[in-house]
Amino acid sequence: MQLVLEKRAERSNTIALVSPLIAIGLTIVTMSILFVILGKNPISALGVYFIDPLTDSYSLQEIAVKASPLVMIAIGLSLCYLANAWNIGAEGQFLVGAVAGSWLAVKTQGTDAGPWVLPAMLLLGAAAGALYALIPAICKVRFGASEILTSLMLVYVADLFLDYLVRGPWRDPKGFNFPTTAEFDPVATVPLLIETGRLHLGAVIALVVVAAGTVLLGKTIKGFEIRVVGAAPRAARFGGFNSNQLILLTFAISGALAGLAGIIEVAGPVGHLQPGISPGYGFTAIIVAFLGRLNPVGILIAGLFLALTFIGGEQAQIAMKIPLDVTKVFQGILLFYVLACDSLILYRFKLIYASAKVA
Amino acid sequence: MELVEAIILAVLAASTPLLLAATGELITERAGVLNLGVEGMMIVGAACGFGGAWLSGSIIVGALCGIVAGALLSLIFALMTLGLAVNQVATGLALTILGIGLSGLIGARFVGEKITPAPHLHIPGLTDIPLVGRILFGEDGFIYLSLALVVAVWWFLYKTRAGLILRAVGDNHVSAHALGYPVLQIRMYAVMFGGACAGLAGAYLPLAYTPFFIPGMTAGRGWIALALVVFASWRPGRLVIGAYLFGAVTILQLHAQGWGVGVPSQLMSALPYLATVIVLVLISRARSGGSTAPAALGTVFVPDR
Repeated sequence: MQLVLEKRAERSNTIALVSPLIAIGLTIVTMSILFVILGKNPISALGVYFIDPLTDSYSLQEIAVKASPLVMIAIGLSLCYLANAWNIGAEGQFLVGAVAGSWLAVKTQGTDAGPWVLPAMLLLGAAAGALYALIPAICKVRFGASEILTSLMLVYVADLFLDYLVRGPWRDPKGFNFPTTAEFDPVATVPLLIETGRLHLGAVIALVVVAAGTVLLGKTIKGFEIRVVGAAPRAARFGGFNSNQLILLTFAISGALAGLAGIIEVAGPVGHLQPGISPGYGFTAIIVAFLGRLNPVGILIAGLFLALTFIGGEQAQIAMKIPLDVTKVFQGILLFYVLACDSLILYRFKLIYASAKVA
Repeated sequence: MELVEAIILAVLAASTPLLLAATGELITERAGVLNLGVEGMMIVGAACGFGGAWLSGSIIVGALCGIVAGALLSLIFALMTLGLAVNQVATGLALTILGIGLSGLIGARFVGEKITPAPHLHIPGLTDIPLVGRILFGEDGFIYLSLALVVAVWWFLYKTRAGLILRAVGDNHVSAHALGYPVLQIRMYAVMFGGACAGLAGAYLPLAYTPFFIPGMTAGRGWIALALVVFASWRPGRLVIGAYLFGAVTILQLHAQGWGVGVPSQLMSALPYLATVIVLVLISRARSGGSTAPAALGTVFVPDR
C-alpha cells in the first residue's frame, strides 16, 4: 500500500475553507490522547482549555488582550509569507518596538509631558520594529544572506539588549533591584476601553490593522504584486515587478506591526518594561498566519483561537496541574495539521494497493 | 599556558554540538531538503538524552535516546514534506515550535537532577604529555565521534556511489527520478540521518557539556548549526573550521566576561548571534557570482507516475 499525491486540476476552494477546521479537529483528537498519557481526564481538560475561558467576562477580555498582538504581528507576517519572504524574527521586532517606545516613557517619567507622549511612543515602536526588520531584509536583498537565519539570530540580540537596559541604565531605582523600569505615567499608558476591565485600545488598533490588511491585499496594486511575486515568481518577473523592493516593503510593514504590538503590550497590559514581556507572541503569530490561511479576516479568527489556548493553558495549569508546555505542544501540533491539510487544497491523496511501485 | 590549554579544551567542547548538528543537516541539505527544525530536534534530544542517562545511569543509553528522539521527530518532518509535499520552511518552523514544547514536557521532571558527565579519555603516558596531551588524548568520546563522523560523511559524499546518488538527488531530482532512483526514499534517509545527528548534538549538552538539563538549554545552537552549513558551502571539511570558530567566539565571550572587560555581559552574550549574521552576510556576498547550494534545495518534489 502506498500513498500517492495527485495534482488537482484546480485548487479546491471548498477544502481551502474547511481545511483549518479539519486541522483543529485532528489537533483536538491528538491532544485528548496526550491528556490520557498525562493521566488527565481528556473531556474535562478540553473543557478547561476551550470552553471555560468563554464563560466569564474577565477571560473573554483577556482573550482579546492576548489576541491583539498575535493578530497584528500575523497580518504583517502573512504579507511576508505571501511574497515568499521568510521573516521569522517577529519576536525580536516586537521586543525592539517595546524598547524604543519605552525609551520615551522612561525619559518623560515624572515630567509634565502632555498627551502627545503615547502617540509618539507608538510611532517610535513601529519605526524601530520596521528598521530592525529591515536589517535581515537588506542583508537578503544586497548580499543574498538567508533572511530566515539572520532574522532569527536578531531575536536573541534584541532579547539581550532589553535585558541589559532593564538591569542597567533603565532600572527603577525604587524597584528593589528587580529588573524592570518604573511603572509608566498615565500619559504613557494605553487607555482601557472599559473603566474596570482589561480590554484596552490595542484591540481597536488590531481591528484597524485587519481592515487595512484586507484593503491592501484585496484592493491595491501593491497587494496584487505581493501575491503574484510569491505565487508565480516567473510571471512577476515578466510583469516587471521588483521582487527585492517587495521583500524590503513586506519586511518593513511586518516589522512595524510587530514593533507596534510590542509597545502596545508594554504600555498596556504590562505597564512597564521588563524581561519576559512576550510569551512567544512573535513565534505563535507564525501559526496564526498559517491557520488564518494568510488572509486578514482568517488571521483575526485564528488569533482569537490561539489566544484562547493561552488562557485555557493557564487555567488548565491552575485547575488541573497540566504543565504550561502542553500549550506549546498543542500549538506545534496544530501548525503541523494545518500545513498537512493545506496540501489537500492542491493535491488529492490516493492510496494505491497494488505493489506496482515505479521507483 | 594552563589557561591556553583550558581555553582550547573548552572551545572543542562548545563546538562539538554545533559540529554534530551541522554534519547531519549537511547530509539532509545535500539531498535537497531544508530542515529548519534542527533547534527543535536538538532540544528534544537534550531532554530525552538526559532522561535516558538519568534513568539508566548510562551515558551511552542517554546518547541513544537522544539519537532516536531526533530521528523520530525528523521522520514526522519527512512524512510532511516528502509524503504530503508541504512547504519545507513552514514545516521546519513547526518542528521547532513542537520540539520546544515537547522538551519542556519531557524534561520537566528532570530539572534539578544531576548526572555524572561523560568520562574523558585517559591513556597513561599520552594524556599526560604537557600542553597537547589533554587536548589530543583527553577529550570525551563525543568529540572524537563528531570528528570521525565528519570524515565518514566526507568519504560517503565524495568516495562512494551512494554519496554520488545522494548529491544527484539534491541537485536535480527530476533527472535522478528519470534515471530510476527513488528520490523520496533517499531524501527520507537523509532527513532521518540529520535528525539523528541533531538529537545526538542536543544530548551532548546535558551528557557532557553541563551535567544537568534546563529547558531551552540549546539556546539557538540549532540555528547556528544551520548557518554553519551555509558558511561551509555544504562541504564537510569547512564545517569543522566553522564549528571551531563559532565555539571559539562562544568561549572567548565567556572568558571576557570573567576577566571583567568593561563591556556589558549581554553584549558579550550576543556575540555568537551577531557573528552568525555577519558571517552569513560576508559569505553570501563573496559568493554573489554563483551559489554553491544544492540546486534543488528546499523545493518540493512530487513524482509523476
